[in-house]
Amino acid sequence: MTLRAPSTPERAAASPPRGPRWKRWWASDLRHEFVRSPTALIAAAIALLCVIGALLAPWLAPHDPSDLAHLDLADSHLPPAWMADGRATYPLGTDDQGRDMLSALLHGLRISLMVGLSSVALSVAIGVTTGLVAGFAGGVVDAALMRLSDVMLSFPPILIALLIDGVGRTIFPHARDLLAFGVLVLALTLTEWVRYARTVRGSTLVERHKDYVQAARLVGMRPWRLLRRHVLPNVLGPVLVLATIQVGQAIVTEATLSFLGIGVPPTTPSLGTLIRIGNDFLYAGEWWITVFPAAALVLVALSVNLLGDWLRDALNPRLR
Amino acid sequence: MSESRAPAPERAVTAGTVVVEARGLTKSYALRRPLAERLLRRDGPRAIAAVQDVSFAIARGRTLALVGESGCGKTTLARMMVGLETPTGGRACVEGLDVHATLAGPADAARALRRRMQMVFQDPFASLDPRWRIGDIVAEPLLEQGLILPAQAGERVAALLASVGLAGADVHRFPHQFSGGQRQRISIARAIATGPAFLVCDEPTSSLDVSVQAQVLNLLADLQRERALTMLFISHNLAVVRYVADDVGVMYLGRLVELAPRGELFGAPRHPYTRMLLAAVPDARGTRRERAPVQGEVSDPLAPPPGCAFHPRCPHANERCRVERPELRDSGGVRVACHAVEEGRL
Amino acid sequence: MTGPLLEVRELRVDFPTRHGALRALDGVSFDIAAGEILGIVGESGAGKSLTGAAIIGLLEPPGRVSGGQVLLEGQRIDDLPREAMRLVRGRRIGAIFQDPLTSLNPLHTIGHQLVETLRTHLPLDAARARERAVELLRQAGLPAPEARLAQYPHEFSGGMRQRVVIALALAAEPRLIIADEPTTALDVAVQAQIIRLLRGVTQAHGASVMLITHDMGVIAETCDRVAVMYAGRIVEIGPVDEVIHRPAHPYTAGLMAAVPTLDGELARLAQIAGALPDLDAIPPGCAFHPRCPKASPRCTEERPELALVQRTRAACWWPIVEGMPG
Repeated sequence: MTLRAPSTPERAAASPPRGPRWKRWWASDLRHEFVRSPTALIAAAIALLCVIGALLAPWLAPHDPSDLAHLDLADSHLPPAWMADGRATYPLGTDDQGRDMLSALLHGLRISLMVGLSSVALSVAIGVTTGLVAGFAGGVVDAALMRLSDVMLSFPPILIALLIDGVGRTIFPHARDLLAFGVLVLALTLTEWVRYARTVRGSTLVERHKDYVQAARLVGMRPWRLLRRHVLPNVLGPVLVLATIQVGQAIVTEATLSFLGIGVPPTTPSLGTLIRIGNDFLYAGEWWITVFPAAALVLVALSVNLLGDWLRDALNPRLR
Repeated sequence: MSESRAPAPERAVTAGTVVVEARGLTKSYALRRPLAERLLRRDGPRAIAAVQDVSFAIARGRTLALVGESGCGKTTLARMMVGLETPTGGRACVEGLDVHATLAGPADAARALRRRMQMVFQDPFASLDPRWRIGDIVAEPLLEQGLILPAQAGERVAALLASVGLAGADVHRFPHQFSGGQRQRISIARAIATGPAFLVCDEPTSSLDVSVQAQVLNLLADLQRERALTMLFISHNLAVVRYVADDVGVMYLGRLVELAPRGELFGAPRHPYTRMLLAAVPDARGTRRERAPVQGEVSDPLAPPPGCAFHPRCPHANERCRVERPELRDSGGVRVACHAVEEGRL
Repeated sequence: MTGPLLEVRELRVDFPTRHGALRALDGVSFDIAAGEILGIVGESGAGKSLTGAAIIGLLEPPGRVSGGQVLLEGQRIDDLPREAMRLVRGRRIGAIFQDPLTSLNPLHTIGHQLVETLRTHLPLDAARARERAVELLRQAGLPAPEARLAQYPHEFSGGMRQRVVIALALAAEPRLIIADEPTTALDVAVQAQIIRLLRGVTQAHGASVMLITHDMGVIAETCDRVAVMYAGRIVEIGPVDEVIHRPAHPYTAGLMAAVPTLDGELARLAQIAGALPDLDAIPPGCAFHPRCPKASPRCTEERPELALVQRTRAACWWPIVEGMPG
């Protein structure tokens, strides 16, 4: 350790806690930092709330917004319950079709989260695999994969979504809902996997020359097994952080796409669709149709982003 | 790979079968440069000759140490001996088998060979996977080789850890919870797990403290004695080498410049570079002896000097040295590549 | 100038953690006289780099100096505000670190770095500063120094870079140079050259040196006095020949016996049982007692202070005294 190196002495840590895994995590520095950081706690609480709300939407929501049969046009344009003309059965008011805003919100949140999480999961899967292969194989394979990713990077997700949507509608003119969902997830995935691929490729390039990889090669481990068992666990750190932040971004992008009309159909609106619908009525003074979904969007994206930020900072000293 | 013109490796002085042999081992790396640069410069493809025409033999239970400064090729050579690098010329043989050919051949033979040779790496921090528990790390060679069933791993690992002086209770811990010296012991335990005949140690104590170094070197000596291990010990530290080696090879810019039994090398060094290295070792216990000043630094491997690569730094260089590269010649049990020695000027 | 150049008195450095403060340096005291080369030797974790960092004010948080004093030419420097400390650094204390690659800014020519350092600390105009830079490089043994000024660090080899770093450290004519493992990253032949350079050049400039290293050989070749550190404390300090050949502290003796040398008897290397203690588990009394062959009950209770034993000072209740058994 020299004057320049971080001055935490080499063996400054106390002896590691014993016991089962959960106990070790409870006593770990990571958990400790977590409870001491108000940002992390609040962000986690909000995110958790959103997730629970979204998961339990069919049971929590007082009405079913996609059930067209129960919509009553007479109940449309109702303001939130605490205002004059509001009704208790519609706590956050209704939109132009008589849909309860709270229910629409919960279901919309559900769809947004589903799209966000599945697109990130898919991006991570594709990106990490590509990065591992590119970094480990090197040479032509690496060059080809990286050029491919360069190409992908030059397309904005919205354009891709438009493209896939158009193509999809031509090929499958009748599959509306599934197609919409598929288009969204595909569009988001195609543009986001590159980020993971690059990060993982960089880390793989570093790890692959390390002695523990050489030791495994020496014993005769096959390359795929080596990648999976040795390299992968060691490159996942930054991916975790990126993915958390990416969920927030994906939700916002999905909202944009839905706002633009590509994406989930209006009968099962996501947050973006709700915002779009509500936009038309904003100037008529019926602000609740836009504002509540927008607020929900901001809350969930913000909390997930903050969690991701905190995670990156908390994990940093451990990532060497 | 062709047989090189190098002379047949000298049999070890003491009786004993030769376990490890290098014959004319060569490794060149081609430098890939962007197409535009190559067209503009018009010079041919460039290459670094990391190892050039190195030959030696090690008998059972003996240790050959290779010393040299950075860029001399000793690590590349060590890796070629265990199959982690492919030679571009010459052969590495372990127990009579050509390493590269066997590893590239049928799986059974390859696996059998891998069992017989192992390596201890330099950096105790990078040589153990930080995400694996040390029990799994030590058991890995056994399981990969299919030598034991997973159920038997615990017992074998405990025995291996005990043989390197670590407690069996530590199997559940991660590498970062151990000190540098302990991690090297774990590395050693992993290396001897499959019962190899040949062990390559690449600067195993360079990053360790002095007292820990002593423990690890003693441990290696004990293990060698108990298991009749044949060792190739790479180091830049001549003082350490003196305690460890039976024979010593000195490398400079990819070539062997001197190969001698320990007593000869330290008692009567022949090659000017060997002398310079010995003179440069800081002397912890002697008086502040005035020594011949050490000159210069290692040349750029991309543009090695013509003739003898050491001549720019050599106080005894003459015209012939600048033009003609000296060959390794035997002189009284010691092999030296030096015109001055050959001509009796030294 | 009377009195020592540098006085360190009872220096303490703590690292607060959630388990309580870890004491990394526990009452370190020593002096460096003008023109003297003091070596600080110890194994990793002993606190030698921390000592240097604490003196020069480069302790990284959360580490902090929690007690003691550091006096340079009679004035306290451990309680200076940051700006004042920054001026001391470079002008009165120069520093040489281990890795020359990271000590030099890769984006600037070394001429630029030298001139900038010179002009920050000395009232020189550009032309005079340039002349002085060339002179410094020449003293550091670099051939063709004028041409070198325009080169970038990556165009130099490791040994030459370290010479540049030494030149930089000496640029403002500091009274004290702190060198932390200056030769560890270099090849052995280059190491020898740099050691000799360091000794020669600091003598020529009249500067004192605090040389931090784990390599006893380097200490033996360079230093006048040496302090041996263990677990954040100095366990022995004295003239280098005395400490090396007639160590009074069992740890020093163990260390010397474990160092492989080129001459001397070829027996099994002596080893010291056990390992350095973790900072949160420093043994009470004498920190070395669990590993000491001479430990007694007193050693487990009372911490020994540095006391004169023949010609060195050692912190031990049962020091090794020449001519006496044990």
